[in-house]
Amino acid sequence: MTTTYETFLDYANRADPYALFPELRRTPVARQPDGSYVVSTYREIVSLLHDPRVSSDLRNLPEIANIRISPDDAAPQLPPEFIRRDPPDHDRLRAMVMKHFGPPGAPGRVAGMEPRMREIITELIDGLVGRSRIDIVDDFAYPLPVTVICELLGVPRPDEPLFHKWSQIAVGTNDPTTGTIVERNQLRFETLAKLGQYLNGLADAHQREPGDDLLSALVTDGEMARPDVLSTAALLLIAGHETTVNLIANGMLTLLRHPHVLERLRQDPGYAVNVVEELLRYEPPIHMPGPRRTALADIEIAGTTIPKGSVIVLVLASGNRDPERFPDPDRFDPDRRDNQHLGFGGGIHYCFGAPLARLETRLALTELTRRLVGPRLVADPPPYRHTPNLRGPLHLLLDIDGVLPAH
Amino acid sequence: MRVVVDLTKCQGYGQCVFAAPDVFRMPHHETLMYELDSDETKRDQVLRAAAACPVRALLLDEEITERQEKTSAGDTGVGRIVIVGASLAGLRAAATLRREGYAGKLTLIGDEQGEPYDRPPLSKQVLSGQIAAADTMLPRRDQLDAEWIRGLAAVGLDLAARQVQLADGRTVGYDRLLIATGVRARPWPDAQEAALDGVTVLRSRQDAAELRRRLAARPRVLVIGGGFTGSEIASVCRELDLPVTVAERGPAPLVGALGGVVGRIAADLQRENGVDLRCGVTVTALEGDREGRLRRARLSDGSVLDVDLAVAALGTVRNVEWLEGSGLAAGAWGVGCDAGCRAFDVNGIVCDDVFVAGDVARFPHPVYGYQFLTLEHWGNAVSQAHVAAHNMISPSGRLRPHLSLPVFWSAQFGVNIKSVGVPTFADEVAIVQGSVEEHKFVAVYGHRGRITAAVTFDEAMWLDFYRDLIERAAPFPPDFAMVGRSAPPHAVPAEIPARIPAIHDATVMVTGHNPDERRATLVSAGTT
Ligand SMILES: Cc1cc2nc3c(=O)[nH]c(=O)nc-3n(C[C@H](O)[C@H](O)[C@H](O)COP(=O)(O)OP(=O)(O)OC[C@H]3O[C@@H](n4cnc5c(N)ncnc54)[C@H](O)[C@@H]3O)c2cc1C
Ligand code: HEM
Ligand code: SF4
Repeated sequence: MTTTYETFLDYANRADPYALFPELRRTPVARQPDGSYVVSTYREIVSLLHDPRVSSDLRNLPEIANIRISPDDAAPQLPPEFIRRDPPDHDRLRAMVMKHFGPPGAPGRVAGMEPRMREIITELIDGLVGRSRIDIVDDFAYPLPVTVICELLGVPRPDEPLFHKWSQIAVGTNDPTTGTIVERNQLRFETLAKLGQYLNGLADAHQREPGDDLLSALVTDGEMARPDVLSTAALLLIAGHETTVNLIANGMLTLLRHPHVLERLRQDPGYAVNVVEELLRYEPPIHMPGPRRTALADIEIAGTTIPKGSVIVLVLASGNRDPERFPDPDRFDPDRRDNQHLGFGGGIHYCFGAPLARLETRLALTELTRRLVGPRLVADPPPYRHTPNLRGPLHLLLDIDGVLPAH
Repeated sequence: MRVVVDLTKCQGYGQCVFAAPDVFRMPHHETLMYELDSDETKRDQVLRAAAACPVRALLLDEEITERQEKTSAGDTGVGRIVIVGASLAGLRAAATLRREGYAGKLTLIGDEQGEPYDRPPLSKQVLSGQIAAADTMLPRRDQLDAEWIRGLAAVGLDLAARQVQLADGRTVGYDRLLIATGVRARPWPDAQEAALDGVTVLRSRQDAAELRRRLAARPRVLVIGGGFTGSEIASVCRELDLPVTVAERGPAPLVGALGGVVGRIAADLQRENGVDLRCGVTVTALEGDREGRLRRARLSDGSVLDVDLAVAALGTVRNVEWLEGSGLAAGAWGVGCDAGCRAFDVNGIVCDDVFVAGDVARFPHPVYGYQFLTLEHWGNAVSQAHVAAHNMISPSGRLRPHLSLPVFWSAQFGVNIKSVGVPTFADEVAIVQGSVEEHKFVAVYGHRGRITAAVTFDEAMWLDFYRDLIERAAPFPPDFAMVGRSAPPHAVPAEIPARIPAIHDATVMVTGHNPDERRATLVSAGTT
C-alpha cells in the first residue's frame, strides 16, 4: 500500500501537494515502509526542530559514515557542510561565516546589498522590453539570485553552467525517490567533491588576490580549515541559487492567482514585506529539508516513539498549512497576524540566507508587479521541477502587454 | 516608532538585525540591544524586522492598535476598572482589556511621571549609552481610551466600599481593581550613607539617567550585590572600560538565582572581563568627604576601597505598603493571588473583584507543588497581566489560569543568559549541552529526580525543549544522547543557598503554601 507521504513524493502531485496534507496530518508522526518517520503537524515539527536528540549529521548511521568516494576520483572527499553537522561543529562553522555576513561582525552587509540588487533587477526587467511572452523563471527568477550569490561568494558568474550541473545533482540527492539513502549520499559526496575541487581553485586565487567576497574572507582570516571552507562555499552556492528562484516564481504565480493582492502590492510596495512572509508559509520553496535528520535516542512524540537511529523527515510545508496553528490555512492572506511560518525552518539550522532571500524576493516582486503591464498566466498550473523537497515551477510563462520604464 | 522586543520569546535568530541594522544590534552571539523609540525614518526597517522575526517577538505601536477585535465583555456588569501601577503589567492589562472589547471606564493610577517605559534596557542599552533613558517608552496603544492619573500614589484600599484612596485625598471607585504596583529597589540600609553623593540604586528611568550621567564622569565603581542587576551594571562598566568592584556576600554572583555551580561560571565570566569580584564579603560602611561625596567603602574582610560611585543592587522591596490594613494577603513577598490572578484576603478567601499581576504578585504554580512563586520577570508581568485582564471581564465559567513557566533573560559580559523554571527549586544540576569553557552551554536543574529548571548561556534556541521537560516533570538528569554533548551529564549538588534572602536579588522564588504569607512581617519603607 502506498502511504500518503509516498503519494506526496509522486511527481503527479507536484502541482498541488497541499490537497494531501490534511490526510498526511491525520498521523502527525508516520512511520514509512523504509523505516523513516514523517512529521507533518506544526507543533511536532517545531518541537523536533528544537529537540537536541535530533541530529543533522547522517554519519550517525554507520552506512553513511562508511561512505568513501572512489579513490581514483581525482577530487578529495569533503567533510559534510554545516547544514549536515551538529553542535559544536555546526555552531562554530556557522559563526565563522556569519562573522562576514551578519551580526555581530557584519550586521549591515546584507542591507548594503540592496542598491546592487536593484541594479540587477532593473537590468533584468529592462531586458524584457519588447517581448509579449516571458518566462519568469529563466528570464528573471533564476538569474537574479545566481548573480547575487556569485558576487557575494566571489564565484565568477560565467562559470554558472559548470557549477549549476553539480548543484542540480546535489539537490537531486535530497529527493527520496531517486535511490536509497546510501546511494543518494554516495552521489552527494562525489558531486560535492567535484564542486569542491572547482571551488578550491577559486579559493587559491582569492587567497593570492582577495576581494571583498565571502570566499576571500574565509580563506584570508584562516579560522576555517580548507576542506570546511570548500564544503561551506558549496553549501552557500547551492542553497543560494536553487531556493530563491522558487520563492520568486511561486510568488508571481500566487500573485497572479490572487489579483487583488497583486493590485494592492502595486499600490503599496510596503505590502511586499507581508506578502513575502505569507508566501513563505503558503508556497514555501522548501517543502521539506532533505532527509538528513536522525534520532540519537528514542523520542516520544504525539503518541509515537521514534526509535533511536531512525531517519526523520519534517514536512515544513504541511506544518505551514496546519489548521491547529493557522486559522483558514489554505487562504493566501498577507494580512495574517502571528505568521510564525516554517518556510526557513527553525532552531539552530534556521536558514542562513534568509535575510538575503527576503530582500531579493521583496525587491523582485515589487519591481515585477510595478513594471509588468497586464501580466497573465499562460498555463495554470505551470510545469514543476521534479524534486518534491525543493518545489517550484520549472518555467512560468506569462503574456504581458508591455514593460514600464524603470523610473 | 516604538518597539519592544519580548526577549523572553526571542531565540537570537538575528533576523531583526539584518532587517533593521540601524535599530537592532547584536554585539555578541545572542544578546540583542536595540532602540525602543527610533525616529520615523527607520519605520520601514522596524516593520520589516517585526515581520522577519521567526518567533514574532517584536511588539509595535500599531500592532496593539490593530489587534482590536470587538467581543463584548458579556454580562459581567463591569463598568469601572481601576489599575494601580501604570508600568509594564498595568499597561499590558489595559491593552488586553480594550482588545477583548471592554468598553467601560478605565483608570490607570501611577506614581511615576510620564508614559510607561520598559525597565530591562535601563541596565543595558541605557547605561551603555546606546539609547537615552527617556527613549524607553513602551509601545503605545492610541485607542486605549483611559483616564491616566500620573505622579500620584494610591495610599489605601477599601475593599468593602470598592475604593482606592489617592495621596491627594481623592478616592476612586471600581468594579474591578488590578494591583500592579511592582517592586522598588532596596535602598542602602544606612540612610545617612545612602544620602551620600555617589550612592545610588537602579530601578526607574530617573535612576538610570542619573547613573548614566555619573558613569560618563568615569568614576571608580562599586557594585554592592552580585545579582542580575548588579552583574549587568558591572558588565556595562567593563564595556565602558571603567574599573569596577562587585561585592557579593554569597560565594559567587547570581547564586541566589542560579545556585553555586552556575554562579561560579558567572564569577569566571566577571573576572575574565576584568571585574574586581569579591565574594563572601559585605560592605560594612560607605564613607564620604566633607562635601558629602562618596569616597570610600569598607568591606567585612577589612579591606578599604577608594570609590566614587556605589550602586546598591540589593534586590527589591514589594510595593505593598498602600495595602496595609486593607485585609488583603499582602506581605514582604507580595500580594497572594490564585492561578486566576484573583487576590486572596488574609483569611485565604479569594476576592472576585481584586486582581494582581506582575512583580507584586505571588501565585501558586502546579509545577512547583502549588507553592506560591514570586518573580520579577518581564515575561511574567506580560502574561499575568494578560490573564488577569481577561479574567476581570469574564464570567466564572470562562476564567483562564496563569500557568506559564517562569522565563527570564539577562545580558551580561556579552552572554545571553536565559532561564526557564525555578533554578533554586533544585537539589542538583548538570551541564547537558555545550561547553562551560566557551560560556555556551545548557544547565539543567533537578529536584528529587525531576527536572525543575534549565539555564542557558548563549543557547537560547534549546530552551523550549527543556521547558517541555519541566512541564512533564521528566526525570533528572536527562540521560539521553543529545547533540553538542561530549560525555554523559554528571549531576552535582546545585549549591542553592538554604535560605535565599531578598538581598540576593533572586528574581524568582518559591515561597511556601500559605496564601497569606506572614512569616515575614510587613516591611515599611525605611526599615531594614
Ligand atoms: C534595571 C532592570 C533590569 C531588568 N532586566 C530584566 C531582564 O533582563 N529580564 C527580565 O525578565 N526582567 C528584567 N527586569 C524586571 C522587569 O522590568 C519587571 O519584571 C517588570 O518591570 C515588572 O513590571 P510590573 O508592571 O509588574 O512592575 P513595575 O515595572 O515595578 O511597575 C510598577 C509601577 O507601579 C508604580 N507604583 C508602585 N506603588 C504605587 C502606588 N502605591 N500607587 C501608584 N503607583 C504605584 C511604580 O512606580 C511603577 O511604575 C528588570 C528590571 C530592572 C529595574
Ligand atoms: C527563499 C529562499 C530560501 C528558502 C525557502 C530557504 C529555506 C531553508 C530552510 C527551510 C532551511 C533549514 C533546513 C533544515 O533545517 O534542515 C535552510 C537552511 C539553510 N539555508 Fe536557506 N533558504 C533560502 C535561501 C537561502 C539562501 C539565499 C542561502 C545562502 C545564501 C541559504 C543558505 C542556507 C544555509 C547555509 C542553510 C543551513 C543552515 C544551518 O544548517 O545552520 N538559503 N534554508
Ligand atoms: S528571535 Fe526575533 S527578536 Fe530575537 S533576535 Fe531573532 S529576530 Fe530578533
